[in-house]
Amino acid sequence: MRSRTVPQPAWNLEYAMWMFTRLSGLAIPLFGLIGITAALIMGARTQMDLGTLVRWTFFPNVSHVMNSNIPDYMSWGGSFWQIMELMIAFFGLTHGFNGLRVVLEDYTNPGFWQVFWRGIIFLLWLFSFLAAIYVVISS
Amino acid sequence: MALKRKVGLFEGLRYKGGGPMLAWLLHRISGLGMIVFIALHVIASLIGGDFGIAINTIYESLYCQLFIVFFVVYHGVNGLRIIVLDIWPKLVEYQREATWLEWFIVLPIYGLTAFIMVSRFLAGE
Repeated sequence: MRSRTVPQPAWNLEYAMWMFTRLSGLAIPLFGLIGITAALIMGARTQMDLGTLVRWTFFPNVSHVMNSNIPDYMSWGGSFWQIMELMIAFFGLTHGFNGLRVVLEDYTNPGFWQVFWRGIIFLLWLFSFLAAIYVVISS
Repeated sequence: MALKRKVGLFEGLRYKGGGPMLAWLLHRISGLGMIVFIALHVIASLIGGDFGIAINTIYESLYCQLFIVFFVVYHGVNGLRIIVLDIWPKLVEYQREATWLEWFIVLPIYGLTAFIMVSRFLAGE
């Protein structure tokens, strides 16, 4: 019996986002792990409470650790953490808004309104990412 | 793609999908919950003022935070289970066992975090 030939998957939006969801799903916990490890090395164990450490782990922005006993904020800001924040914002927002798109398209039929909601979600994604860039640059 | 099937909520819940179906349902609910939380956080920070503080006190309350921590932990661990089963499709045969294993990972992480949160709240910190 001849084996079944499987067509090469075409690179359409669904396939690309399926792949992106898995890759970003792996990347986000790794970013969290880097954030929490660096925070503990920088003295978080004695200088902040659990809530502050978790806020920092989600999004390593210097404003998230302002209400703590850190002696100086120099190593908690700077370009390294800004790049980390932008990558977390990009992976997280794209993963989340794509998930919202998948859920919405499960409950709508193809046609005008599906394209309309896709546009709305794209605009929300763009607005959120621009807001994230503003927050990262201005903090 | 939406199929034209008329299935109500309770009819859907009676479907005997078991653990993997519950995981799929909770994955969606927790993902949407995180979107709501992050949207509230961004809106509160952008608006600021009295209205921003009012939104802040809602999602910073213990009850809201207990849900958010569960959503994050569950969505993360369940997502890793989905990735593992997608990379090694032979393991899909054991997906019911995988959902049980997942609860053995989620419950200690969430239980310990919730215990610390509640005990600190009761101590008035």
